[in-house]
Amino acid sequence: MAYSDKVIDHYEHPRNVGSFGKDEPGVATGMVGAPACGDVMKLQIKVNKDGVIEDAKFKTYGCGSAIASSSLVTEWVKGKTVDEASTIKNTQIAQELALPPVKIHCSILAEDAIKAAIADYKKKYGNGEDAEKKAAD
Amino acid sequence: MTTQNKARPIYLDYSATTPVDPRVAEKMIPWLTDNFGNPASRSHPYGWDAEQAVENARAEVAKLVNCDPKEIVWTSGATESDNLAIKGAAHFYKAKGKHLVTMKTEHKAVLDTMRELEREGFEVTYLDPEPNGLLDLEKFKAALRPDTIVVSIMLVNNEIGVIQPIEKIGEITRAKGIIFHVDAAQATGKVVIDLEKLKVDLMSFSAHKTYGPKGIGALYVRRKPRVRLEAQMHGGGHEKGLRSGTLPTHQIVGMGEAFRLARLEMATESERIRMLRDKLLAGIKDMEEVYVNGDLDHRVPHNLNVSFNFVEGESLIMGVKELAVSSGSACTSASLEPSYVLRALGRNDELAHSSIRFTLGRFTTEEDIDRTVRIIRERIGKLREMSPLWEMYKEGIDLNTVQWAAH
Repeated sequence: MAYSDKVIDHYEHPRNVGSFGKDEPGVATGMVGAPACGDVMKLQIKVNKDGVIEDAKFKTYGCGSAIASSSLVTEWVKGKTVDEASTIKNTQIAQELALPPVKIHCSILAEDAIKAAIADYKKKYGNGEDAEKKAAD
Repeated sequence: MTTQNKARPIYLDYSATTPVDPRVAEKMIPWLTDNFGNPASRSHPYGWDAEQAVENARAEVAKLVNCDPKEIVWTSGATESDNLAIKGAAHFYKAKGKHLVTMKTEHKAVLDTMRELEREGFEVTYLDPEPNGLLDLEKFKAALRPDTIVVSIMLVNNEIGVIQPIEKIGEITRAKGIIFHVDAAQATGKVVIDLEKLKVDLMSFSAHKTYGPKGIGALYVRRKPRVRLEAQMHGGGHEKGLRSGTLPTHQIVGMGEAFRLARLEMATESERIRMLRDKLLAGIKDMEEVYVNGDLDHRVPHNLNVSFNFVEGESLIMGVKELAVSSGSACTSASLEPSYVLRALGRNDELAHSSIRFTLGRFTTEEDIDRTVRIIRERIGKLREMSPLWEMYKEGIDLNTVQWAAH
């Protein structure tokens, strides 16, 4: 399969691989996919007291496109507020990485991973009213 | 355009195909240019010379497998041989019965031919292998019926390299008067084949798996007791009417020379390759969660098929791009379909996907193996560092108890 240069770059030099300690303050985790489907993504975000994602890490079991999609979103969510991050769409990921049609599901999974991490954050640290207020400032 | 001048990956895919041995290529060339006659031409020396070359090659093929040259029929390759053997015998003996028996781990050339016969109204039993890839003889006996006319079991499996007990199978089929076909495409030059001893009725051969050219093969058709076939290719009545079509002299000369070299060099070559394969295995087997697919003892020395748990197949192949190997994962197609052979062994989808088939051959060097071990250890380690499944495994989480969000 011919991969785009961007996919190969992320596959060969993945950004932000790793894990945060589960009990670190501000850390939330999203895990999506299933081994039987060939993709599992774990995305972790570290949110500061201003509601801004100051760091992100991932681990992915999956094809090159899945690894690249998750590597890319760790770059994209950094510096964004939780609510800004929740607007990232799979189509943007697919476009940036020039994913072929058979690999679109990798970008959908990456979007799902962001949503799952944010849902975990809201569950752990409140319903997000504070974050909304801060995003409006 | 070829990639001849670029740095090419280490070739460890000899079960896909082999290069033509330079000694073979040299023998072939005059039969393309100077000696271009049609071996069927009876009226001039161009034809006589070509016919002589064809018969010499036939004798060489026969010698490797210890049969009479008259029992060898030229075909375009093992796929055609499998088709001719299975369809030819089923069609000829259909008045006796319409049941055939094979295994789920056969090559597609056998399985798809069987499917075609099912469409024609035949009935086929597909036997499961044991978890080590081998056929259980008791289960085999139980599958035979009074109306069974043909059994097809391969000698050496193309994916996992296991050697099926065809000597014992032949005893069973001969006693019951059932035609026994064996696909030996992966076996020539790797295991000793003695058709005088084996009770095999039909055997398929390919040249390009044994350092001969692509596009040529042969079918062994036993004369005593005589096996009858219905031809699948009709025309000028070549090969005693079993396979019409002008014989490709240069290809046939190549196959003859390749099989002659295989006969002379097999013993020493197999030992050298066994040493390299064992070195490869020793280099990776102490890694965690590595599984060898298929029995290691009843196996050709050329094959090592290994699954690396918690690493996804497609990224695995991408990660070892300096190696020309095959994967149990259909990573070049849109569908993510794991190897049907590994599934038949009872391997789960993840392990079937994360497998690599290494097949070694005549031109594999010790340096190739040393580099391969280094590449595998480094890349598997890198991919596992990136794998959430590996992380969970290391934390002691049983992945079978996790509720996955299937998508």
